[in-house]
Amino acid sequence: MSAVEYDPLLLSRLQFAFTIAFHILFPAFTIGLAAFLAVLEGLWLATKREAFKTLYLFWVKIFAISFGMGVVSGIVLSYQFGTNWSEFIRLTGGVIGPLLAYEVLTAFFLEASFLGVMLFGWKKVGPRLHFLATVLVAVGTTISAFWILSANSWMQTPAGYEVLADGRIVATSFMEAIFNPSFPSRMAHMLIAAFLTTALVVGGASAYQLLRNRDQAESRLALTMAVGLIAVLAPIQVLVGHESGLVAKDHQPQKLAAIEAYWETRANHPLILFAIPDRASQSNHFELALPGGGVLVAPADEVVTGLDAFAPEDQPPVFLVFWSFRIMVGLGVLMLALGLWGAWLVWRRRLVGSRAFMRFAVAMGPAGFVAVIAGWVVTEVGRQPWVVQGLVRTADAVSPVTAGSVATSLLIYVTVYAIVFVAGAIYILRLLAEGPVAGAAEPRPDGQRAPGTPLAAAPEETPGDPQ
Amino acid sequence: MSLDLPLIWAGLIATGVLLYVLLDGFDLGVGILFPFSRSREDRDVMMNTVAPVWDGNETWLVLGGGGLLAAFPLAYSIVMPAFYLPVILMLAGLILRGVAFEFRFRGRARGRPFWTAMFAFGSILAAFAQGLILGGFIQGVEVVDGRFAGGTFDWFTPYTLLVAAGLVCGYALLGATWLMWKTTDDLHGDARRWALISGVLTALFLVGVSLSTLVVHPIVAGRWGWTGGGLDMGRFLTLSWIPLLGLVGLVLVGAGVRRASHGLPFVGAALVFLSGYSGLAAGFFPYVVPYAVDFRQGAAPDNALGLMLVGAVVILPLILAYTGWVYWVFRGKVTPEAGYH
Repeated sequence: MSAVEYDPLLLSRLQFAFTIAFHILFPAFTIGLAAFLAVLEGLWLATKREAFKTLYLFWVKIFAISFGMGVVSGIVLSYQFGTNWSEFIRLTGGVIGPLLAYEVLTAFFLEASFLGVMLFGWKKVGPRLHFLATVLVAVGTTISAFWILSANSWMQTPAGYEVLADGRIVATSFMEAIFNPSFPSRMAHMLIAAFLTTALVVGGASAYQLLRNRDQAESRLALTMAVGLIAVLAPIQVLVGHESGLVAKDHQPQKLAAIEAYWETRANHPLILFAIPDRASQSNHFELALPGGGVLVAPADEVVTGLDAFAPEDQPPVFLVFWSFRIMVGLGVLMLALGLWGAWLVWRRRLVGSRAFMRFAVAMGPAGFVAVIAGWVVTEVGRQPWVVQGLVRTADAVSPVTAGSVATSLLIYVTVYAIVFVAGAIYILRLLAEGPVAGAAEPRPDGQRAPGTPLAAAPEETPGDPQ
Repeated sequence: MSLDLPLIWAGLIATGVLLYVLLDGFDLGVGILFPFSRSREDRDVMMNTVAPVWDGNETWLVLGGGGLLAAFPLAYSIVMPAFYLPVILMLAGLILRGVAFEFRFRGRARGRPFWTAMFAFGSILAAFAQGLILGGFIQGVEVVDGRFAGGTFDWFTPYTLLVAAGLVCGYALLGATWLMWKTTDDLHGDARRWALISGVLTALFLVGVSLSTLVVHPIVAGRWGWTGGGLDMGRFLTLSWIPLLGLVGLVLVGAGVRRASHGLPFVGAALVFLSGYSGLAAGFFPYVVPYAVDFRQGAAPDNALGLMLVGAVVILPLILAYTGWVYWVFRGKVTPEAGYH
């Protein structure tokens, strides 16, 4: 294989990594935020407490910006399968295709259509119908996660398929393909990650407001909600993540070996805390290990496959997987600490009193995003050199396009995403700095509500959003 | 009874793409017309006429792309590399205009004019790139051994540029007639003028593209009864309803513009697009990758198509129903007082 042929592959991988890492930030945030908004609006309808409404109207603005960025960066991915990975689709489209098609049918239309009502329908529909729209958007984001994680999991642990004589892969059982071995734990792991990411952002933003003004009632309420969620979900996430690792041990031993930097196949592994894994020498440098710590991975007498069981060209990039995993787990431990500390403060009714805790919460605001990206690197890089574990190599999946084309597209994506990301980040941070302001969005009298809608004759109760 | 699944899916995807062209066509058109608007207030209204629905409209493009991937993976894996750069340009345009809906209302002194410009630029870029893809499609794609085997710039010819310019005008016509429907007063008057100009241009491009297609592609010409210098009247007459439909559409646009009416011009513009689309379908069928792979060769296995058909039969009517409901909720004229932001 000449260098000229190799270039589109490397560039396409860079491009996919860049575009999906950018994209994943937004669903990781909006899945949880949509549910949070649905809860806020539901609580407001049930209790009529103004604080819930104020919070809803504040966070829905941030949701609108994030969701828009998620939508446009998602369209790129659905076309990139074809522009850059056409061989992947030619070979596996018969299995992956229906899962993606179901995502469009069951999730994308639902989200996109009811988003319009959620953002612009305040004065057009009644409060209950508006609440329904919010709930449907939240449901849509979760259904979307279901299908895309099923497709991704099938690439990790393919099931229910057969390989035809011409190399194409078709499904023998779609039930087995959809509910493949790694799907349940991956789905749970990602959904909890999304909720944690949102809770950390909401908690961090609220703590930031409280550091400036500790009597801000809405921010107190939001911080308490966020802390409660983190305290419950962070411990569960540790268990679910562990389960995910055990699935990898059974189905993707090279991934587990890379995560733990195990070069030898043997029993009674240590737990490696620090190392510089080196593929060239097939060993670790500067290793710091906890003897007997391998029981976290497997019982001491169980033989665990090491990287020596794979030819060097069949090993994933160990360094990247090993360290991404440690970043993810390290942040997970900090989330655990944040949740426990916060829960204790809430219990002692001193949540707003501790400035140290509040600073910690602010610092942890972006931690969910970093952990999600790190986890994504572990799972995707750990699968290499395969695009579909054991069936299709990444090198055989790339499109017949020139390196020049891919370099051009990569440049376009980097430029456009840089502009969009910087602007979006500025607008979101500006809103977060302003914080929720009670009464900022009182209803304005106007005749915009269409006749015939459920509350056409009722007095205006739903708030508008003048600016 | 056994269903002809590849045929059904070819029909479903063709319908999905048609809906995309009609729906996103008018909201792209609104962006294309942005540079011609008089004031910031007018631009706010123009954007607000499409803000609640553009996301749903664009989802039909995802259905078109995703549906092609799922139902015709072979075709998808040939077409996407063939139109690599135009697809990227289209996506870049869609990103810039898509985020502009929120960003334009969040921006301040510098941000706002920038996102106003990006909304227009992105809309024009996306429309033009779609035109290049369409033109490249009509030209045909070089396929060897089930894979794209053409050059990087096969889609860049005088013919594809003509089609792309025509599509931009066509979308502008859809956008202008949509605005006649959704706005009042001075803006309605502006939209009327835009509809007249873009209508005339669209008609000219339609004729130009139709005639040059007959020259550029003999297979398409044959479909329309034009073979070796002679016209097979029988063939032409069976398809003659298609140009007639386009003519009816143009007449409706013209009459609506003359009388400064509201809904009628949009109906006319939609008919023009329906006519153009039917004309293409008549020229292409049964190819999914012109003139190399037909819809049977390109199809996914029957069990995949069957599984998806179950979903489509159950869910597509629901989608159409709630999409219709959303349009119903946001029906009527949009005024500066709508206050969406």
